[in-house]
Amino acid sequence: MVQPKLRVTLLTGRTIEQGVGKEQGKSSHGYFEACSMVYMDAEDMKKLGVRNNTNVLVTTPNGSVVLKAVKYTRGSTPGLIYIPYGPWANAIVSDSTTSIGMPSFKGTPAEVEAAPDKPVLSMKELFKSQFGR
Amino acid sequence: MSIVKAVTCPVCGSLCDDIELTVENNEVVKVKNGCAMCESKYLGYKSEHRIRTPLVRKDGKFVPVSMDEAVHKAAEILANANYPILYGWSSTNCEAQRVGVELAEEVGGVLDNTAVVCHGPSILSVQEVGIPTCTLGQIRHRADLMLYWGCDPWSAHPRHLERYTSFTEGRFEDSAWKAYLQKVKAAAGKKKLVSAERLEFVKSRPRPQTQACTISGPPQTLKKDGRKLIVIDVRKSMTAEMADYFIQVEPNKDYEVMQAIRALVRDHELDVDKVGGIPVEYLEEVADALVNCNFGVIFFGMGLTQSAGKFRNIDVAISLIRDLNRRTKFAIMPMRGHFNVAGANIVSTWQSGYPYGVDFSLGYPRYNPGETTCMDVLLRGESDASLVIAADPGATFPKRAVEHMVKTPLIVIDPHMNATAMLADIVFPSAFVGIEVGGTAYRMDNVPLPLKKVVEPPAGILPDEEILKRILEEVRIIKAQKMAKQAEAA
Ligand code: SF4
Repeated sequence: MVQPKLRVTLLTGRTIEQGVGKEQGKSSHGYFEACSMVYMDAEDMKKLGVRNNTNVLVTTPNGSVVLKAVKYTRGSTPGLIYIPYGPWANAIVSDSTTSIGMPSFKGTPAEVEAAPDKPVLSMKELFKSQFGR
Repeated sequence: MSIVKAVTCPVCGSLCDDIELTVENNEVVKVKNGCAMCESKYLGYKSEHRIRTPLVRKDGKFVPVSMDEAVHKAAEILANANYPILYGWSSTNCEAQRVGVELAEEVGGVLDNTAVVCHGPSILSVQEVGIPTCTLGQIRHRADLMLYWGCDPWSAHPRHLERYTSFTEGRFEDSAWKAYLQKVKAAAGKKKLVSAERLEFVKSRPRPQTQACTISGPPQTLKKDGRKLIVIDVRKSMTAEMADYFIQVEPNKDYEVMQAIRALVRDHELDVDKVGGIPVEYLEEVADALVNCNFGVIFFGMGLTQSAGKFRNIDVAISLIRDLNRRTKFAIMPMRGHFNVAGANIVSTWQSGYPYGVDFSLGYPRYNPGETTCMDVLLRGESDASLVIAADPGATFPKRAVEHMVKTPLIVIDPHMNATAMLADIVFPSAFVGIEVGGTAYRMDNVPLPLKKVVEPPAGILPDEEILKRILEEVRIIKAQKMAKQAEAA
């Protein structure tokens, strides 16, 4: 069976949990929980057959990363996914700076698919796979 | 046990200076008035994530070394590098930033701060079109309309609304807090929410069930008396839920929407039904509210600077303010993130002439974002060493930029084992600015405020300023030795 994929627009940004986690320490569990997830629209999750708090694979031309999908409960955002700032988001954001030094952290096209069996990497594992450190 | 009053919170650009700390045995044990992030910092600064001694990577593993050894190694790297990057600066005090400029000049490197991934585009457009702005004090006492565009203060600057804008008691404008509570109560029906007082608001803010305008049409709330709060964003954020009016714009369409509002403010007719996914009637409502207020302010964030258009979005936002100032009084302000990123821009400008992305490689400062920011240099793979202080590019830069940073020697100065420190070759532990060291920081409206030292740093842990001074001194010694050797050889 072919995995259904959904084309979406990727946004990255702040959340209060990310803010609290970063002050606790970047290697804290709170920070990991806050940043290794992606907010998705409830309808979009249904389309993909993804349940709340299960893993998805998000892919952009810059790479792909496994994240925990969480239903966005504050209104509908069809076709949008939101990942809090952090190493997981940075693994896939666009580094195009449009010649002014600012990468495109918001508004990158991306694809999401269910990945219930793939694990979310810890920051250490993610860095090891990306930079060998 | 002692209580320290009027402490300035060293977390976000709101720089709240009314924090009360209880200190016991040289430890902060209680925080009053702060938000969740502030508490997390003051209670977490001494956690297990703290770095206790200088570290150097040997065979892939960190080994503890003496301060002198770490300083010598770092200075050697910087003195011998052709094109080093000196990045960060936004979570430290202006005193350390000043030494940073000196060090960057001495080693002929690229001096850059977190504005490059934050409000760099805003600075670019301010340099093109200027900025009609004011202080937060003026807003607190006089503003009767706040528009937050592409930012979510509830999440990133939690006390901004409560201290400076909608929910603060000003001399000439009342807080909209009571009206908001009534709305919450009405929405919650019979549920008792009487206890939802100010403190409660800080911790677990109750939310009314407002609908996005794109679903239910414009509400009547914009016609109410008193302070009005409008939010324009790509998703319904926490702040949007508290707003009198929320408009959901399609991603990357802020530019069009803002131009449309400009046209409406200038009494032009729009011959389309929708702009950026928003029916024109809704934009008309907003334009009416803007024109009819006495003193309005637009706050903007990463929603504008990081989306398509980037600095052009800010150009048009500032132009909108110019248009509005023909009809009423308006100001605009960027929501600065790190507590002293504004200071980093100011110190860099005062010392070198430029606010960020300053390249000293030719012996004099050059500034051309797109060429001279550390992001440009990293993505082109040109730098041959990096010093990172008071910021965490390992957690905030795109993968490819970090990749290059890790390929070359990386020196990190930070109190915590952050993402960049985990990837570093040399790590210096430093004292927490605003907790263990005092100094000066600039609030988002460019007002300087004193930071307080409330406890002593752990034994042997130095402030950023001191570490940088030692490295600078060592760099000068190494360079002098090198010159002497060259002279001898000649
Ligand atoms: S709003 Fe910002 S400055 Fe104020 S207490 Fe919270 S984190 Fe600190």
